[in-house]
Amino acid sequence: MSDAKDRMVARAAREITPGMVVNLGIGLPTKVVNHLAADFPVCLHTENGLTGVGPILPPEQADRNLIDAGGAYVSTVPGSAFFDSATSFAIVRSGRLDLTMLGAFEVSAMGDLANWKIPGKFSPGAGGGIELAQKARRVVVLTTHTDRAGNPKLKQTCSLPLTARGCVSRIFTDMAVIDLTAEGFVLLETAEGVSATDVAEATGAPLVLPDTPPPTF
Amino acid sequence: MNLPNKTCPIGDAINRIKDGDTIMVGGFGVPGTPMTLILALVAHGARNLTLIKNDANEPSMGIDHLLQSGQVSCLITTHLGLNSHAIGLMNAGQLEVEFNPQGILAERIRAGGAGIGGVLSDIGIGTELAKGKQVVEMAGESYLVEPALHADVALIHADRADAYGNLAYVGTAQNFNPLMAMAADCVIVEAERVLPLGGLAPNDVHTAGVFVDHVTELSELSEEYAVVRR
Repeated sequence: MSDAKDRMVARAAREITPGMVVNLGIGLPTKVVNHLAADFPVCLHTENGLTGVGPILPPEQADRNLIDAGGAYVSTVPGSAFFDSATSFAIVRSGRLDLTMLGAFEVSAMGDLANWKIPGKFSPGAGGGIELAQKARRVVVLTTHTDRAGNPKLKQTCSLPLTARGCVSRIFTDMAVIDLTAEGFVLLETAEGVSATDVAEATGAPLVLPDTPPPTF
Repeated sequence: MNLPNKTCPIGDAINRIKDGDTIMVGGFGVPGTPMTLILALVAHGARNLTLIKNDANEPSMGIDHLLQSGQVSCLITTHLGLNSHAIGLMNAGQLEVEFNPQGILAERIRAGGAGIGGVLSDIGIGTELAKGKQVVEMAGESYLVEPALHADVALIHADRADAYGNLAYVGTAQNFNPLMAMAADCVIVEAERVLPLGGLAPNDVHTAGVFVDHVTELSELSEEYAVVRR
């Protein structure tokens, strides 16, 4: 992982406060756990039926009956619980999930999220992503600021099929931390060595800048 | 008074499956996937099947064997991301795929098992996943009607069973198994251990044997049950 991405993940980890129930989506969000102290009081949830997700185990220690929703061989911690898939999503839909961190293809200035389908190119199904995006009490996104071709992933409106409307509260990218407000994208922080102007130029919609230079991460 | 003994050879149980049946298959990834029952269904050869399963496993594992043998015409699922072969069949128009949000698939199956017609949910409302679904208004809110799912046969993997079909699961191998074990006309279970009646304490039962029709003990666990090395 690049240094900028690693700092983005470390910054996102500070979003998790003691006592939360948190679901980390597949990909970059999963790596957030590497930045939490071993004794940090948090309950990680995974869709396939576990609260109290523990660290990923090396293959020789893996339990064939113990994976997370991304297929990684995880462990339990003291106090973990297993349950069926209906119970797992009852947790999600009924508001027991304080926070979810998800990846994104596109986020709109209204907080719409597109992260499950690129028509004609990528359509493996959304799995549990729709419910996480729509029902977690707080949804934040971890993503590179632009796609591989350099196109902005933060746009006025999403062009791809939506996962959920108006669900995203905050975005962590390799360039910035950005909040979604009634005014659209608002710059909160920049990555070291990145200026507010750089972020604005890489964003595909108006970006509200702070009056003073923003803090860096 | 004795509870009936439902243990039987795997072939006898699988022989109940007919062409055109709808089959629920437990599992989320490897854990809880009834790998041995799936291979028995491949050997049995029933065709034109509709499968209901969370995911399509990975190439050459689990239900991918049924996709490769051409026995499946429709797959009701949530995510195929780990099976490029399944995605290829879908894109080529050789496999009809119906995607559900994962928890909605679970609730539709639960409704089927609970003997009710379906559930109301706002999941996916305002997105293309709502397309074609009936909308109802209740207490000022809009909900999608999600019809119950019921199957002819469910293939279930349990850690332990007793001879009556009481079941216990371990770890994340529980997933869809307890839901599907309630939602089919014929429920066939493979268990890693089959205990005599009384061998599974009533408090340890996750699925009551009353839902189960056939129980078969796995004599060995094939390589497919093992930790996947990627």
